[in-house]
Amino acid sequence: MTSSSAITVDRLVKAYKTVTAVDGISFALETGSCTALLGGNGAGKTTTISTIMGLVEPTAGTVSVLGAQMPRQRHQVLHRMNFESPYVNMPMRLTVRQNLKVFGTLYGCRDVTARIRALAKEFELDDFLDRPTGKLSAGQKTRVAVAKSLINEPEILLLDEPTASLDPDTADWVRSRLERYRAERRATVLLASHNMGEVERLCDRVIMMKAGRIEDDDTPEQLIARYGRTNLEEVFLDIARGQGEAREAAQ
Amino acid sequence: MSAPSTARLAFSHRRIGAMVLRHWYLIRSSWPRVFDLMYWPTVQMLMWGFLQAYVMQNSGFFARAAGTFICAVMLWDTLFRGQLGFSISFLEEMYSRNIGNLMMSPLRPVEFIVALMIISVIRLAIGMVPVSLLAIWFFGFNLWGLGLALVVFFINLFLTSWAVAIFVAGLLLRNGLGAESLAWGIMFLFLPLTCVYYPVDVLPGWLQVFAWMLPPTYVFEGMRALIVDHVFRADLMLQGFALNVVLMSVGVIGFLVLLRSARREGTLLQGGD
Repeated sequence: MTSSSAITVDRLVKAYKTVTAVDGISFALETGSCTALLGGNGAGKTTTISTIMGLVEPTAGTVSVLGAQMPRQRHQVLHRMNFESPYVNMPMRLTVRQNLKVFGTLYGCRDVTARIRALAKEFELDDFLDRPTGKLSAGQKTRVAVAKSLINEPEILLLDEPTASLDPDTADWVRSRLERYRAERRATVLLASHNMGEVERLCDRVIMMKAGRIEDDDTPEQLIARYGRTNLEEVFLDIARGQGEAREAAQ
Repeated sequence: MSAPSTARLAFSHRRIGAMVLRHWYLIRSSWPRVFDLMYWPTVQMLMWGFLQAYVMQNSGFFARAAGTFICAVMLWDTLFRGQLGFSISFLEEMYSRNIGNLMMSPLRPVEFIVALMIISVIRLAIGMVPVSLLAIWFFGFNLWGLGLALVVFFINLFLTSWAVAIFVAGLLLRNGLGAESLAWGIMFLFLPLTCVYYPVDVLPGWLQVFAWMLPPTYVFEGMRALIVDHVFRADLMLQGFALNVVLMSVGVIGFLVLLRSARREGTLLQGGD
């Protein structure tokens, strides 16, 4: 862990009454990096991201974001972060413009109107900017949600399945905008996704989780080479089915 | 990237304004919501108003105390709908799965609470102002004629309604929509105990002890003293206010404890039950 880390997770444990969702994980994300958090259902990805956002209090260990301890010091940094997640929605009766105005103000944008104009142009929202958010297609809603996640030009962006409900063309279009945003702003991105092609394209590092623990952590290329596979999906299946451990034991 | 300014870190009127605006957009976009704000207060006022008109014809006491029932029902609605306006606005965030967005935004809990207080006043005004005008037209009772006393009554009733609503919001965060029925029904516990329509003397002695522990009891007794005896009981209002300070402290501390518990149990993202 270095001083240039935007996010530092140190021996994080999150235990609920009957289950340990995250079991002593540690990692640090460099400023400007894009990291994928991969794992099957129940691996602990969402709990980890929620803890980084200050939404969940760790049972043990620490999470530091831009130097602030989460969740205790979250108000020092929340305006420098943002997120997109399928677990939350924006108010459905409000129009896209109204929602962006409310969230722009909550995040402290100095000129909300100009920011909405820029995002509408960037994400091609103009045609439905004054339509209720609940009446949009799934793809349009995702574009609006991603636009909301960039409303405050965040230094840290947490994305949970950002292209899950999109057709391949729109998903590719969203990815290209996220790539551009990261490059232009040198933003730190943490991405949870089940789309391995997306991860290979966007991320320079992959953290593989299983049952609340980190099973592996490397660049996509190194992981593919180490597991002797041709793509990340095969590596994911190896780890999910425990074949990585079998291979290590054999070696 | 813009550097964080200290203004963004402190208590923010802009963020409170954003939340008020969010709920104003919601109310404005939905005529059934506006209708609902006026419907029950109107029905209640008419029912109690006609009952009072009937009783006045047959009772010398009520002839002297004209307006007692109708004033009581409007003050009760202030208490009940003050809490309901706060709680429903909070529930709207849960129904629309927006709580996670708000909790991960820079909005502070205290700003959220203040915004919901303002929204509850707006919601009550939408319902009560037309009803109070109807009361003048139908029964010749002018609520606004109570003047400064009405302001004191409102302050005490709003403080109670907010204290209860803040605690209920904490329960909703901690327990999800499983606690929703409390938001709708908790204030009815106050209806018999705070002696809205009858003097505290009517209660059995042991129950009067509990009645005097509730701030609205002082308001309703004060209201009757004003209308029947034409005396403003400042002593009652001050005692009610002191109890409200205690109740509000309990409500806010309870909310913060439940919010912390929700962070520990990971229920902020779930929102449902």
